[in-house]
Amino acid sequence: MEFAVDVRGVSRRYGRRWALAEVSLAVPTGAVAMIAGSNGSGKSTLLRILATAIRPDLGDALVGGFSVKKEREDVRRLTALLSHYSYLYEALNARENLSLFGDPNAVLARVGLAARAEDPISSYSAGMRKRLSFARVLLQQPKVVLLDEPYGQLDPEGFRLVDEVVSELRGKATIVMATHQVERVGKFADVKFELAQGRLR
Amino acid sequence: MIVMRERSIVPGIVLLLLAAWFGFAVALANHYGLDVSFGISTGLQAAIAAIAGIVGAVYFLVSDNLGPSLKAARLLVVLGIACFLLGSWYGLFVAPPEKFMGQVQRIMYVHVPTAWNGLLAITFGFVCACVFLFKSDWKWDARLEASIEVGVLLSFLLCCQGAIWAKPTWGVWWDWDPRLTTTAVLVFAFLGILALRRFVEDPLRRAVWSSVATIIAYVDVPIVYFSVKWWNSLHQQQSSPQTVSSQFYLPLRMNAFGVLFIMTGFIMLRSRIARERVEQELAPPLPRAVEMQEAV
Amino acid sequence: MLRKELLLQWRTRAQFMAVFVFGAASLLLFSFAIGPNSVALRTFSAGFLWLGLLLSSTLTLSESFHAEMENRALEGLLLIPTSPQAIYYAKTIANWLQLALLGIALVPVMVVLYDAGPQSIGRLLLVILLGSAGLSAPGTLYAGMTAQLRAKQTLLPLLFFPLIVPALLASVKATSLAVLGDPMDQGRSWITLLSAFVAIYWSLCGLLFGRVIEE
Repeated sequence: MEFAVDVRGVSRRYGRRWALAEVSLAVPTGAVAMIAGSNGSGKSTLLRILATAIRPDLGDALVGGFSVKKEREDVRRLTALLSHYSYLYEALNARENLSLFGDPNAVLARVGLAARAEDPISSYSAGMRKRLSFARVLLQQPKVVLLDEPYGQLDPEGFRLVDEVVSELRGKATIVMATHQVERVGKFADVKFELAQGRLR
Repeated sequence: MIVMRERSIVPGIVLLLLAAWFGFAVALANHYGLDVSFGISTGLQAAIAAIAGIVGAVYFLVSDNLGPSLKAARLLVVLGIACFLLGSWYGLFVAPPEKFMGQVQRIMYVHVPTAWNGLLAITFGFVCACVFLFKSDWKWDARLEASIEVGVLLSFLLCCQGAIWAKPTWGVWWDWDPRLTTTAVLVFAFLGILALRRFVEDPLRRAVWSSVATIIAYVDVPIVYFSVKWWNSLHQQQSSPQTVSSQFYLPLRMNAFGVLFIMTGFIMLRSRIARERVEQELAPPLPRAVEMQEAV
Repeated sequence: MLRKELLLQWRTRAQFMAVFVFGAASLLLFSFAIGPNSVALRTFSAGFLWLGLLLSSTLTLSESFHAEMENRALEGLLLIPTSPQAIYYAKTIANWLQLALLGIALVPVMVVLYDAGPQSIGRLLLVILLGSAGLSAPGTLYAGMTAQLRAKQTLLPLLFFPLIVPALLASVKATSLAVLGDPMDQGRSWITLLSAFVAIYWSLCGLLFGRVIEE
């Protein structure tokens, strides 16, 4: 597989507004791709389509050779999405939340939350939630990692954590990252795209 | 944009004429001493009328997105009103009063046709829901909305007529008869679905959810019927039209076809409106293409 | 999946107590509709029990999807991937257990308030188990649907109440026979009807749930 992600003319509408319009792009297998763009430019929509959280209205995208329209189960097995939704149950603690996805012990230590593993999520700060979401992504052992604003709400230490994890995953998985940290990510990204008003620039 | 493909309305018209012919024209002619039955037995006539009527109506219903449908729908409504007026005139002034229930029984001439057609509309809605879930074609969503709306209207009228009929016959407005109660439950169930459609803004979700809810509610109808029947088993059995004289079933059938034609026309017109609305929601033009670059 | 559901419900057990108090309060209020007529109260006790349970169930059902929608956890589960059927049945079973527990907890309230000591406790338990299973299957589906809407408090009962008429009818009849005595053994046929309702909706709603939550 030459391209892990192959987006072909994808458009998506919310109500009467087109959030994505005829976007086509390809990310080689094992590469780190950066998608830049201002708020509301369609970055999240694109990642959500690649993760099969939503369907494209027009066009199709292949993830690992599978269509996000027709082979959703297969795409889901390959991908993990770090969304701006945390996907966490407030009433459960960190360990319980993660155990829905796999064995939580190793990753909890990896993201620096081992000490707070038994506390309910409702007592967590925004940055801690982000770390926990990151742990979930690692736990899914994805071939294609979709990161939506991975640096958002993190402290400098968290920034380093993201960088480390990305460099660890590099080569093992394809990474697509939507971010405002253009300079930081620009240093290590292999391919760069920019979205503006739902279109590729 | 609604795709206008031509489909002849002739087969539909022929089917409906056939249905009307064996449904009531033969009996009407017979009344004036003419025999136009071509020697077909009454039982077979009724069967032909029912099948041709339903198939003809469905033929029109699934042509609502096609070229001449607007004209056909209007024609059907006019034809239906004519049939209904004729049937009602016959039922009110020509047919003799019934032996046991007297004048009150004449409400049967609208009540029974309403019941048949209401059930038919809801059933068509159920079919639309199933087809939509499999094919995700928007015209079935529009038909679903239209047929459910018309079906709810007819069922509501049915409840009112039932109450009007119950008052002089049993002395109460409401009687916990299985048919009447099931209709009332059906009205509420499908009103809920129409309300759901109001509250969902995303057209795809609206369509899928209302299809799902329609299937669930439709499956419930026979269960409600049987449970109410067990719950309250004290009601007169349905009188079969075969056992009463032609003077009774003639207006009944004329009205049945009248309501069927009106209903079909209404559903077609309503589904057109629904479809135009969905088209508007669905197809905003894509923003003008700017130059695309592979990477920045 | 089921473990997660039960854990979630265990963590929110305060909610259960609140719903129970709501149900008990409605049982108390129903008796004011009749007045202090102990014979009538005893006759209608089964109906009141189920109405109380039905009203409480809308709270339980919509609450059960609150946790899923708060951080879009449901979407997270779907993307693992988890089959919608697994999600649906876990949630339905959890709701069923909670409603059955609620029903059983409301029985003593009914006995005390309406002087309606059941003739056959086993039968009564069976009816509560089946009846709450009948409520939970379509209820969970509709709660999943309406949880994503703004008007959920209105729409859930609007869609849910007409649908469960047969289950309610059968449950009330069977309960009332279990409470007042059943010399002709009519309760059996109502239990059969209830079982049929449960079987139909547990399978049908499971099939359709995927279409409701997938976008």
